[in-house]
Amino acid sequence: MPERLRPNRKRFIGESVTRLEDGPLVTGRARFIADLNFPHQLHARIVRSAYACGQILSIDVREALAVDGVVAVWTAADMANVPNIPFRATAIQGLGPYTQPPLARDRVRYVGEPVAVVIAEDAYVAEDAAELVIIEIDPADPYLDAFGAPPEFAPGHSCEPVVINKGYGDVDGAFADAHRVIELDLSIGRHSAIPMETRGLIARYDEARDVLELHGAAKRPHWNRDQLADLFKLSPSRVELYENHVGGGFGVRGELYPEDLIVCFATLKLKRSIKWIEDRREHLMAANQSREQRHLVRAAIDAEGRIGAIDEILYHDQGAYVRTHGARVADMTIGLLLGPYRVPAYRARAHYRLTNKTPAATYRAPGRFEGSFVRERLIEAIANDLRRDPIDIRRLNFIAPEEMPYERGLSALETEVVLDSGDYDGLLGKALAFADWDSLRAKAAERRSAGELVGIGFGMFVEKSGLGPAEMVDMTVETDGSVTIVTGAASLGQGMETVIAQICADTIGTDYRRIRVLHGDTNRIPYGFGAHASRVTVMTGEATRRAAVIIRAKALDLAAEILGVDAAKLDIIDGVVLSLEGAGETLDLGEIARHLGPTSPLRKDREPGLSTVAWYHSKHMNYPYGVHIAQVRVDMETGQVAVEDYAVAYDVGRAINPALVEAQIVGGLAQGIGGALFEEFLYDDNGQPLSVTFADYRMVTASEMPPVKVLILEDAPSPLNPLGIKGAGEGGVNAAGAAIASAIDDALQHPGFVRQLPVTPQYIRRRLAETRALDV
Amino acid sequence: MDNHPLELTINGKTYKTAVEHRKTLADTIRENCDLTGTHVGCEHGVCGACTVIVDGKTVRSCLMFAHQAEGCKIRTVESLARGDELHPLQEAFIENHAIQCGFCTPGFLMLIIGAYENDPDITEENLIEVLSSNLCRCTGYQNIIKAVRSASGGLLAIGSDADA
Repeated sequence: MPERLRPNRKRFIGESVTRLEDGPLVTGRARFIADLNFPHQLHARIVRSAYACGQILSIDVREALAVDGVVAVWTAADMANVPNIPFRATAIQGLGPYTQPPLARDRVRYVGEPVAVVIAEDAYVAEDAAELVIIEIDPADPYLDAFGAPPEFAPGHSCEPVVINKGYGDVDGAFADAHRVIELDLSIGRHSAIPMETRGLIARYDEARDVLELHGAAKRPHWNRDQLADLFKLSPSRVELYENHVGGGFGVRGELYPEDLIVCFATLKLKRSIKWIEDRREHLMAANQSREQRHLVRAAIDAEGRIGAIDEILYHDQGAYVRTHGARVADMTIGLLLGPYRVPAYRARAHYRLTNKTPAATYRAPGRFEGSFVRERLIEAIANDLRRDPIDIRRLNFIAPEEMPYERGLSALETEVVLDSGDYDGLLGKALAFADWDSLRAKAAERRSAGELVGIGFGMFVEKSGLGPAEMVDMTVETDGSVTIVTGAASLGQGMETVIAQICADTIGTDYRRIRVLHGDTNRIPYGFGAHASRVTVMTGEATRRAAVIIRAKALDLAAEILGVDAAKLDIIDGVVLSLEGAGETLDLGEIARHLGPTSPLRKDREPGLSTVAWYHSKHMNYPYGVHIAQVRVDMETGQVAVEDYAVAYDVGRAINPALVEAQIVGGLAQGIGGALFEEFLYDDNGQPLSVTFADYRMVTASEMPPVKVLILEDAPSPLNPLGIKGAGEGGVNAAGAAIASAIDDALQHPGFVRQLPVTPQYIRRRLAETRALDV
Repeated sequence: MDNHPLELTINGKTYKTAVEHRKTLADTIRENCDLTGTHVGCEHGVCGACTVIVDGKTVRSCLMFAHQAEGCKIRTVESLARGDELHPLQEAFIENHAIQCGFCTPGFLMLIIGAYENDPDITEENLIEVLSSNLCRCTGYQNIIKAVRSASGGLLAIGSDADA
């Protein structure tokens, strides 16, 4: 229906409405997993390896078992029938031998690896008893630097299970013909998502129904349900996963971990509810880590700075085991490395290596935080070599809007990379104007001439979002006129209930506060693909729009008959069907739902219920893109870097709720600044983790966070869905490392100074000493 | 270890229970008094998710034993709303999109309220310093700061029932 015919319609798409989620969160009435209890529940405490590598000689559980209140103490021998943790996210073969058992079998491979579990009546008692489990280990030398030659993982299995190759074009030819070859050796430290709520689970075997319940699910409830059913040889209909309030995810929460298998095993065996709440020290050595990579990258360029080819060798530190993501992060790092640039020939090899650290998987913008740092460092090195402005080099190499959709000839996340839409040069221009680039640069130069070390940095990136393959929603208008949407996606705190409600309300013609979005309950909906890869607003959003279109049509169809008015002359405003001509009777959605009830005579041959199921399938991801601009000040004495000011421009195709998009960007940026300057999991020579408290793993606080200006653009809506939506979850973190490195180079007036992240004070001082020694 | 009788005064209400001497105030508030709005994020006093107000001072309830708080007036996030009427700071958090996952939110609310009660004229610089005592992993703090700014007038009013 043309917009002009619906002047009274209140819009919700594009409005920064307040969130539906906030009431319980702000009053302390939310229910996170630790807040949930079941009668007669027991508590689990995991006994973890204190060694990074070694043979288990013996485990003595007698003293622990003797503690009053302890119900069971188990080791791998007790769980022999439980298979290793499966992985899903890879087409790469041969990783099976590298998966993790729920409890260590024969060998330990990282500090923090579960070796035994204590089940007790009380959480404090479980923790006491865990300290009495005596594990004798014959330690071996750990493998800690994935750049070094990989040893054996097990007889016949190298610590390098696979080298992933990607590429196209005549790379050798391009290098042979190059005007210049630019080469860099860059590293990124080991980070993790660190949600403020640690992981937690309650497994409950309901004997009355013969059902295994797992509470505390997140991210991928349906996949996890199916896997748990498979692992414990149960019908999927006998496994139920429930999501509670979730205190942040960012990639790490909601995967199947050893603890998921342990608590399910325990409840099936003991027939009592088993509660496990991770403590922070455990989280920092047990939850997935990410990002640690070394990149040897080369570019062949012509005299103008046009890229002829890129040749990349990646060393990816997977940690001790292959977890649920297989080799996905290494794979997508090289699949998505090229960002917005035209690269005629490309060759990448990713050495995927298992070390003796906490296993790794995805963390917000996995492979792209790293890749953007590498690619943008390379662009700036090219510019510096040719004495050109890096902005000009970027412009010279951009893929043009008229080349979209642009097939990369590469794959990532098991899909072909096809850039769906984008005006990179247009966004760059808008970003520079928005941040007042020239004036920023001039002021920084002034301050430098006054003796301060201030610099402005730039990072350009292309994100990916809206990962398929599919999503469904089940939408019902209740007899009170409210709308219930059930989705198999999940909430990690990002505001998805609000956004989905906005799309539904806007499409049907009702208020978003009348929409209830149910998620994270595998009983309510048969299929769901979860919340990850910036997919919920795209996938569930489009499925919601489709369902709402059907609901609207059904409502108008019946209303037309009852009111005796042509459906084309009716509209739904604020949940009420009325005539566009403004006169006559009205019907609200609740009344229509009642009239479509199974026993209603007015229904006639129509399907009962004002309800529908709708699916959205998508073979390709879509690709939002943006710019980060950072202003930093370096303290030469201490080596400390302060981020003084920041701007992000991000084209998300269509912002359903701009305030929430901005919140995603600013929140992501806090993690990006952390990764660029502060956060790092360090290990000593024995593989002992040194970052197991918040005093050692330093996250950004309100003091370190600069003022952030955000420009949300909608210049390149995605052609893959009618609303044009692209995902907004990961752009805030993506190019933070790239932009801050660039700003530090500028502050020190030393192109190429930063070669690794995080740029800690120690690193600044070490690099200064190195570069001074070279200058002499 | 033995449980010892304990009487806590939380949000003006008396809770009679018995816990071990080693049980933290945070765990006791949550488990023995059923007030689960106080969250436990790190158990080593850094993240501040467990911040409550004890005798007018903001404390990390994970770093205090419950028995140490006997005889004190304890306030938790559950004290802020009056029935369905939200505290101005709670309203401001909602209006300014200062919440994402919400796990840190109760700790921030109590931290901010404690700071304003101690110094109604707190400067911007000191406010940022105070806010940096707690960790949030979702918001990047910008909207929390906005919320505090927008509510700070309304906040002053709560001094009158500070010990409720």
